[in-house]
Amino acid sequence: MKDFIIPKSVHDDIDMGTPARTGAPVTLTIDGFSVTVPEGTSVMRAAAEIGMQIPKLCASDNIEAFGSCRLCVVEIEGRRGTPASCTTPVAEGMAVTTQSSKVKKIRKGVMELYISDHPLDCLTCSANGDCELQDMAGVVGLRDQRYEAGRNHYDASGLGTLAQGDTRARSVAADLGNPEYIPQDTSNPYFTYDPSKCIVCSRCVRACEEVQGTFALTIEGRGFESRVSAGMTGDDFMASDCVSCGACVQACPTASLQEKSIIELGTPERSVITTCAYCGVGCSFKAELNGDELVRMVPYKHGKANRGHSCVKGRFAYGYANHKDRILNPMIRDSIDQPWQEVSWDEALTFAAQRMRGLQDKYGKKSIGVITSSRCTNEETYLVQKLTRAVFGNNNTDTCARVCHSPTGYGLGQTFGTSAGTQDFDSVEDTDVIILIGANPTDAHPVFASRMKKRLREGAKIIVIDPRKIDLVRSAHIEASYHLPLRPGTNVAVVSALAHVIVTEGLMDQDFIRERCDWDEFSEYAEFISDPRHSPEATELLTGVPAADLRAAARQFATGGNGAIYYGLGVTEHSQGSTTVIGIANLAMLTGNIGRRGVGVNPLRGQNNVQGSCDMGSFPHELPGYRHVKNQDVRDIYQQIWGVQIDSEPGLRIPNMLDAAVEGTFKGLYCQGEDILQSDPDTKHVAAGLAAMECVIVHDLFLNETANYAHVFLPGSTFLEKDGTFTNAERRINRVREVMKPLNGYADWEVTQLLANAMGAGWTYTHPTQIMDEIALTTPSFAGVSYDVLEEKGSVQWPCNEAHPDGTPLMHVDGFMRGKGRFIVTEYVATEEKSGPRFPLLLTTGRILSQYNVGAQTRRTDNSLWHDEDLLEIHPHDAELRGLKDGQWIKLASRSGETTLRAKVSDRMSPGVVYTTFHHPDTQANVITTDFSDWATNCPEYKVTAVQVSHSNGPTDWQEEYNAQAAQSRRILPAAE
Amino acid sequence: MQHSTPAPADPDIQALIADHLHLEGPLLPILHAIQAAFGHIPQTAVPLIAVALNITKAEVHGVMSFYHDFREVPAGRHVVRICRAEACQSMGGTALAEGALAELGVAWHGTTPNGNVTIEPVYCLGLCACAPAAMIDGKVVGRLDAARMSKLLKEAGA
Repeated sequence: MKDFIIPKSVHDDIDMGTPARTGAPVTLTIDGFSVTVPEGTSVMRAAAEIGMQIPKLCASDNIEAFGSCRLCVVEIEGRRGTPASCTTPVAEGMAVTTQSSKVKKIRKGVMELYISDHPLDCLTCSANGDCELQDMAGVVGLRDQRYEAGRNHYDASGLGTLAQGDTRARSVAADLGNPEYIPQDTSNPYFTYDPSKCIVCSRCVRACEEVQGTFALTIEGRGFESRVSAGMTGDDFMASDCVSCGACVQACPTASLQEKSIIELGTPERSVITTCAYCGVGCSFKAELNGDELVRMVPYKHGKANRGHSCVKGRFAYGYANHKDRILNPMIRDSIDQPWQEVSWDEALTFAAQRMRGLQDKYGKKSIGVITSSRCTNEETYLVQKLTRAVFGNNNTDTCARVCHSPTGYGLGQTFGTSAGTQDFDSVEDTDVIILIGANPTDAHPVFASRMKKRLREGAKIIVIDPRKIDLVRSAHIEASYHLPLRPGTNVAVVSALAHVIVTEGLMDQDFIRERCDWDEFSEYAEFISDPRHSPEATELLTGVPAADLRAAARQFATGGNGAIYYGLGVTEHSQGSTTVIGIANLAMLTGNIGRRGVGVNPLRGQNNVQGSCDMGSFPHELPGYRHVKNQDVRDIYQQIWGVQIDSEPGLRIPNMLDAAVEGTFKGLYCQGEDILQSDPDTKHVAAGLAAMECVIVHDLFLNETANYAHVFLPGSTFLEKDGTFTNAERRINRVREVMKPLNGYADWEVTQLLANAMGAGWTYTHPTQIMDEIALTTPSFAGVSYDVLEEKGSVQWPCNEAHPDGTPLMHVDGFMRGKGRFIVTEYVATEEKSGPRFPLLLTTGRILSQYNVGAQTRRTDNSLWHDEDLLEIHPHDAELRGLKDGQWIKLASRSGETTLRAKVSDRMSPGVVYTTFHHPDTQANVITTDFSDWATNCPEYKVTAVQVSHSNGPTDWQEEYNAQAAQSRRILPAAE
Repeated sequence: MQHSTPAPADPDIQALIADHLHLEGPLLPILHAIQAAFGHIPQTAVPLIAVALNITKAEVHGVMSFYHDFREVPAGRHVVRICRAEACQSMGGTALAEGALAELGVAWHGTTPNGNVTIEPVYCLGLCACAPAAMIDGKVVGRLDAARMSKLLKEAGA
């Protein structure tokens, strides 16, 4: 990694050369110094352990040693020749010499050869000061370059004399006098590939294979002609399989693969470690800056969630922070048909406070509420729910987890006793059999997917339960042992059938169940699940899953070693979402796959801080730490500190708020960082609810779709502009650090405090650390968390308290949090959403790699080059039946509404099932989705909607009306001078 | 290309791939079979091979481009390979090669406009004792001079 060259980098970022090993200790001497390292460690890494950097070009500690550059040669006593230290494992008693006249001469000679085909335009090169080739030339003391300039890869003129930065070399690019010269590939929006600077170390190719697992790169040709190639002949980076994760750019020791931002802005001089604000993986990044100008984001090697890897979103898609659409001034208006009026913060907050209080006076204390954001920090979310509980005086708080993982909270809470996943991400390294249900990690959680794929390439098996042929079913070097393509809406039947096979064939782990679970409940469950109506054969007709495959998959999971279940919104966003989560927990308990590395139940959380927003008491019935508001002792804790009475009745959930709004009893909403109009189901109902309210306060970066119905707009700050913490899918609390000052003037927690104080709260927080202290003081599972602890440890996984001072990577190790694990019967109830003659197809929704959620951020970056519109994926058979061709405009209609978009004919779909994404407001996929929801938690049934698909001539009436209203609503009048 | 032979059809390529899938390390045998059947490996074959072997098209391309004998486009009716290695160079191979290129009016790896001759360099045919040497359609010839080379090229229809 070239990062370590940056002189002022934070912490210890030294590239150790080769990956760490875990073996018995071996002691050797290097240049006379004794060092003890695990068996299997390379000599190069052993030297690095004692602070000696052996020169190297092709080695890096995130990829296996390759031994091609020959710069790292050493001498070893008693051995012939000069072995490469990167590929030579240590041995007991070995005596290594890293600096002898012999190896120094070899290194110099090697370096001279490298330089003979490398342009010497270092001063005008974008990697100047951040180039390992340059550094190594210095380290080996290269002072001469004796080879005549002849054939080379950098001089387009063919004269063999010009450095690549020379204008004469560039001016003749059209007429290449030099057949070896290959022009730059600038097709990727975020980085360039310049073959002339390539030293063919293969680090990019190996990073793409070993770290990212995409295998998009290769070395084409041989000998002097060999160069890096993305894809096949004629492909550039954009046309190749490249997913733009940035691993190759990170790996490149020269300027051959270089961020365009570095080319434009220069090399950074300082860096801040922070946490990505995209998905629930929660990658640690180094934000590298010049002053307060962000130059690039590079994955942080010591980030425990990502281990130095990144995806196209976190690595490159941060441009939205400076997008022209961002609103930086507060705005108000009396009614939503008026244009916005820019006003001062004071005026906006007074206006908002008076309106909200006025509504409470007129319609009652419970007529207003809040929606917390899963994109904001824990501290900010805590304040928003505190606002409603302590200042509004009710429990009307909800969060977007309502529409994604609320069934996870309920299901795992009921069975295990905690509302969160059981493992850390590292756990996957010990997994033998993975069941993946309703999740598409290569698109939605790409960095974790890379780690999962690495384990799969090592031989672990994967069983995919999904209506679509996702990449993990079959893609380069990955093949699922079983793909169970179920009909949407039949999750419970499939999960129960798996359990049926395990129980009736006696494959369960009886010892585990006897010791760890409630045996009576198990017996009852075993009797229930053994009923032949749960057998794969009985449910085959219903689920569409071949019984033989399902049986084989169940056997493999139960007997294949460490079994881990990973799941996503394809499980939860159903009318029986909670039941499926319980079924998953049952499967894990049945097979004894809880409480150690390599196993567990792992919900892949959608948004960066959705776990945190749930932890922080965003739900109407729970105070922080999942404690019910009806409990007097819990309320007392907060009443004492906050000095107010807390309502003992749970408040309204989002759907209840909207229903109540339509009925006229819910009138005011403070919505932070969430676009409910685009992301929540049944858009027309959401729009009607919002339109019926008298004060909607939207606190966001952009005028999102919800803001079309708002009366107050409070500008938000990005994750780069504030301090705080995010909690990822593995319960890991990561620090978010202020990289630059908020463009809008205030961090989001400050804005919430200003609003609270405008309503008379009298809060006095001056830094988020004080909010975290209050959280720790009041919430047992966070008792040991503080910014000091996070500074010291990097991150911790809750529970973190006296019992677990270092946090808890694995849950339920010695016993379940609730005591005995609980088996709950999972009766399958078919969704009421059924396909029929009018709506014969089932629609399911999902996301794509380059876009994120409603797209508010990613649509405002070059990520749109990969996905600039939502498409409807449809099986060739269904398309042919309707006379539809790839790329045609089609009308998608359900009982709720209709919209238009373009078709993509694809055999990834099963016949009878269609699929689309919801990243673009023009499409509004949620006009189609219905108001059916999970029986326990109201999580909407996004994943099953009966639809019909037909030809279309253009936008539907709803789309046209909506766009007209949106345009009308977004008018802004500047503040009066 | 100048040849009017129709491009190989996908099903034909897929059939050749299927014949070799049972082998351990089937990529090279597949490439050989396709080249043997069509005289080259059409670019349309690359994604088909990648899908069949569950690897990426980059990987196929990397292997294919490593071996000079795998062709992306069909060669001329006759392939002339002139040795450019040390022994032949010392025996006048350079002049012989330059003469041949000039006579054909094409660069290395080029094919004459009439599609009859493709000329390629080769690095040692093992005929150092008979240098300078060449190989025409798989048949080796030694002790070449400009006149013999010219005669051979004319016979090939250049």
